[in-house]
Amino acid sequence: MAEAILEVRDLHKHYPLTQGILFKKQVGAVKAVDGVDFDLAAGETLGIVGESGCGKSTVAKMLVNLERPTSGSIRYKGDDITKLSPRALKAVRRNIQMVFQDPYTSLNPRMTVGDIIGEPYEIHPEVAPKGDRRRKVQDLLDVVGLNPEYINRYPHQFSGGQRQRIGIARGLALQPEIIVADEPVSALDVSVQAQVVNLLENLQTEFSLSYVFIAHDLSIVRHISDRVGVMYLGRIVEIGTDAQIYDHPTHPYTQALLSAVPVPDPEARAHRERIILTGDVPSPANIPSGCRFRTRCWKAQERCTLEVPLLAVPAVYRLTDSPAKHDSACHFAEEKHVVPTEEDTGNGGEGPGGNGGNGGEGMEANGGAGPKSL
Amino acid sequence: MPEQLPEPLESFEEGQAIAPTGAGGASDLATAEGETLEKTPGGPLGTGPDKKPRSLWSDAWHDLRRNPIFIISGLIIVFLVIISIWPQLIASGNPLDCDLSKAQEGPQPGHPFGFNGQGCDVYTRTVYGARASVQVGVFATLGVTILGSILGGLAGFYGGAWDGVLSRITDVFFAIPVVLGGLVLLSVVSSNTVWPVIGFMVLLGWPQLSRIARGSVITAKQNDYVQAARALGASNNRMLLRHIAPNALAPVIVVATIALGTYISLEATLSFLGVGLKPPTVSWGIDISSAAPYVRNAPQMLLWPSGALAITVLAFIMLGDAVRDALDPKLR
Amino acid sequence: MLLEVRDLHVEFHTRDGVAKAVNGVNYSVDAGETLAVLGESGSGKSVTAQAIMGILDIPPGKISGGEILFQGRDLLKLKEDERRKIRGAKMAMVFQDALSSLNPVVSVGDQLGEMFRVHKGMSRKDARAKAVELMDRVRIPAAKERVGQYPHQFSGGMRQRIMIAMALALEPELIIADEPTTALDVTVQAQVMDLLAELQRELNMGLILITHDLGVVADVADKIAVMYAGKIVEQAPVHEIYKAPAHPYTRGLLDSIPRLDQKGQELYAIKGLPPNLLAIPPGCAFNPRCPLARDRCRIEEPPLYDVTESPVKRSSACHFWKECLHG
Repeated sequence: MAEAILEVRDLHKHYPLTQGILFKKQVGAVKAVDGVDFDLAAGETLGIVGESGCGKSTVAKMLVNLERPTSGSIRYKGDDITKLSPRALKAVRRNIQMVFQDPYTSLNPRMTVGDIIGEPYEIHPEVAPKGDRRRKVQDLLDVVGLNPEYINRYPHQFSGGQRQRIGIARGLALQPEIIVADEPVSALDVSVQAQVVNLLENLQTEFSLSYVFIAHDLSIVRHISDRVGVMYLGRIVEIGTDAQIYDHPTHPYTQALLSAVPVPDPEARAHRERIILTGDVPSPANIPSGCRFRTRCWKAQERCTLEVPLLAVPAVYRLTDSPAKHDSACHFAEEKHVVPTEEDTGNGGEGPGGNGGNGGEGMEANGGAGPKSL
Repeated sequence: MPEQLPEPLESFEEGQAIAPTGAGGASDLATAEGETLEKTPGGPLGTGPDKKPRSLWSDAWHDLRRNPIFIISGLIIVFLVIISIWPQLIASGNPLDCDLSKAQEGPQPGHPFGFNGQGCDVYTRTVYGARASVQVGVFATLGVTILGSILGGLAGFYGGAWDGVLSRITDVFFAIPVVLGGLVLLSVVSSNTVWPVIGFMVLLGWPQLSRIARGSVITAKQNDYVQAARALGASNNRMLLRHIAPNALAPVIVVATIALGTYISLEATLSFLGVGLKPPTVSWGIDISSAAPYVRNAPQMLLWPSGALAITVLAFIMLGDAVRDALDPKLR
Repeated sequence: MLLEVRDLHVEFHTRDGVAKAVNGVNYSVDAGETLAVLGESGSGKSVTAQAIMGILDIPPGKISGGEILFQGRDLLKLKEDERRKIRGAKMAMVFQDALSSLNPVVSVGDQLGEMFRVHKGMSRKDARAKAVELMDRVRIPAAKERVGQYPHQFSGGMRQRIMIAMALALEPELIIADEPTTALDVTVQAQVMDLLAELQRELNMGLILITHDLGVVADVADKIAVMYAGKIVEQAPVHEIYKAPAHPYTRGLLDSIPRLDQKGQELYAIKGLPPNLLAIPPGCAFNPRCPLARDRCRIEEPPLYDVTESPVKRSSACHFWKECLHG
């Protein structure tokens, strides 16, 4: 891998739960992020997927310093940004920018587009001299595919997709190296999503950006990411290249997540094996002991209650060359093919069984609370 | 939960564009999808119907200009302000120039509203009475708005202990009955000016505005654009002045406009009770008070000042309503 | 035919003019059948559903033409109290946002029971028992214990199950589900969609599924109506449409979604923006965004052509559907 420009180690964010009005007493904590590690290499896109409440947005906020971590470190080119002085932090901030999810609330409705995109220059005047700013803003509008003449318009005169382009232009203004995009297309219409995804990809090549791309839509994440991390209840449970994660997942949660994604192909209906998880995600204020996924896992055994599985290459794959050789936080990690490919549906015959597969056994072990084939 | 559900936004867009969620949903059609002005990879589309930038303020102004309620109340208010500055424009007499021999007499040529119990011209006194009302209303509102929005705004922005203390203080003030408070506090001052009354109103009125300001600052603070500014490294001052204040202002303006009307009527109430303005100041409240015993014999004494008061208060409340409608973001 | 919508027109009167939200929609659904209505925001898919249910806000909305035949009767000609009897009892709706569709201060048991008390005149106790039965049916664990709880005490997926239970309470013949799983997480989405499909089969109901998600549609629908700018642009059985779309808009949508099974090249993006309903382009509404557009498309509004080359009945509102069909 190329040199890491961002190294995240053992990142935690706990929100205290308090009781009492005047004398607040801490009675617990919402463990939104509970030990996250990853590296981001220069020029790559790291996708982070997970369901709501898994802590992915909190990770994003910590990366751009909107939230202070409870513990852990975020190293940007070796400097821990969680420990920098305000002055040094301001300089680092230039290099890590964010694109927000909601194009309707992320632009100040009382400011013109020119003021919104130009604001980074007012905060960091060293980047662009005053006389230069208007031209720079117009260049940025052009770069994101908007007419530079719209500089004096207000956000409410634009559609959702256009507003998201404005948000992206603001993120690019300071020529950052890293862009953290939190669900940048989930609020957009399908036909507009593709435009924005393409724009992000083109900008990455043009400005050699690194992306941390956070989303719940697994198809989009695969499309844009070089590597993907899957989060569950505040932790990354599996991380690897897009092919490793999507075609050779070894963590049961990843498998369930992938198998649940509706595939836009009616032919796949009959051949797909779906793992339908039972129950709901536990509260982050009350995380299960041992493996945090065990309450919904069909493979769970006693060991899972007692021992926290580490995010590492599973022992069975350590000495192989298999694509399943990637980090997965499961005691019983095992490859399982869950995403139907064209060959699967094309030959019309048997469905894609588990390649490594004794998922059925695990189901028995858990009293039938496990995968249900459709 | 620290994290937001990603998907409901989808519904937000959907709702904006087509769901007929009241009048708002439908008129959003215009703004959300209103202009197809994108320069797309495939080439430029037709531009929208108008090319002028429209800020939310200018949109609101555009709406207000077409609202008959705003026009009517606005004209009344402009008229009131003019006569409170230059009452001589429409009343040539002196309100303190009274002739006891004419006491309680009805309308006469040159004296269309008749005379009051002291033989003063009711028309002249009604016109001159506007000054006290407008003064009290405007200055009390200014004081309340400035004090209330600074204290409430800071509490909303910084939160924490400062906010807790302020909230308790406003609770205490809310518990004070206004009229009773006025009777107690104002009876100890002996001044012939409007300032003690204004001071009293500011003292008791700021908590209402501070609560509104606090709430709207908290709402504005949660918007992503404030987070975006923070992520850029913006200072607290910049976030507060550039991003939060302009967006939190609308509800404050609306409440302040409506409050202006109520301060005018409060002034009349206090003057009626004898603790507000005192003669020789000319005020509708004083005139209503002095007319009360004669209402059977000389109703014109009561009718004109109270009519003027009612119209004034109504004008400000209508103005506040019109401004609220125009600034309501749900209609955008 | 259970439900037939014929040439439905709905407009909204706004301060900026008349927005034509639905412009001549025709579709039908039979008992036991699932019709997916696919479209983006502003396509008129939800407005059509609201018109069918009779929950459109009038004004600003206005049904300016057409018929909605439910079991042969035109709903638009019925009196409001006759319609009310049909609503809930014969047709029901599942909304996207279960939290705001449930009353936060009434327990879910009472909300479910109310259906029986109002429509069937049951006693409080019987209605409660029915509520528990329904919650069991939508597989809410420990229904008996949870029947007295309030909506906020349930998770998103559970709330959506309660919404489904409420819709099913009186065993209606038609269910309209407006983005029923959009607000839910992927794994929960699958649970809820499964449940809905299973109950539909069991009760032999007609289901109109309104969504923007091509994946969900492929999973459950029998036939699809694709809407754009208040019109149906393509209608076909589900397999045909995914194999070979006969309208460039459908093709564009299918091409613009990234795939789960491979990384793929640059996404195809439909250029431009959805149309402004206050000023729908003349001719074919899709023409400014269409790669196949030519002069005819800018002048002549395409009717819904029969796609004669297909062995099954399907239609497309494109002058050049042949070209589109063959790629």
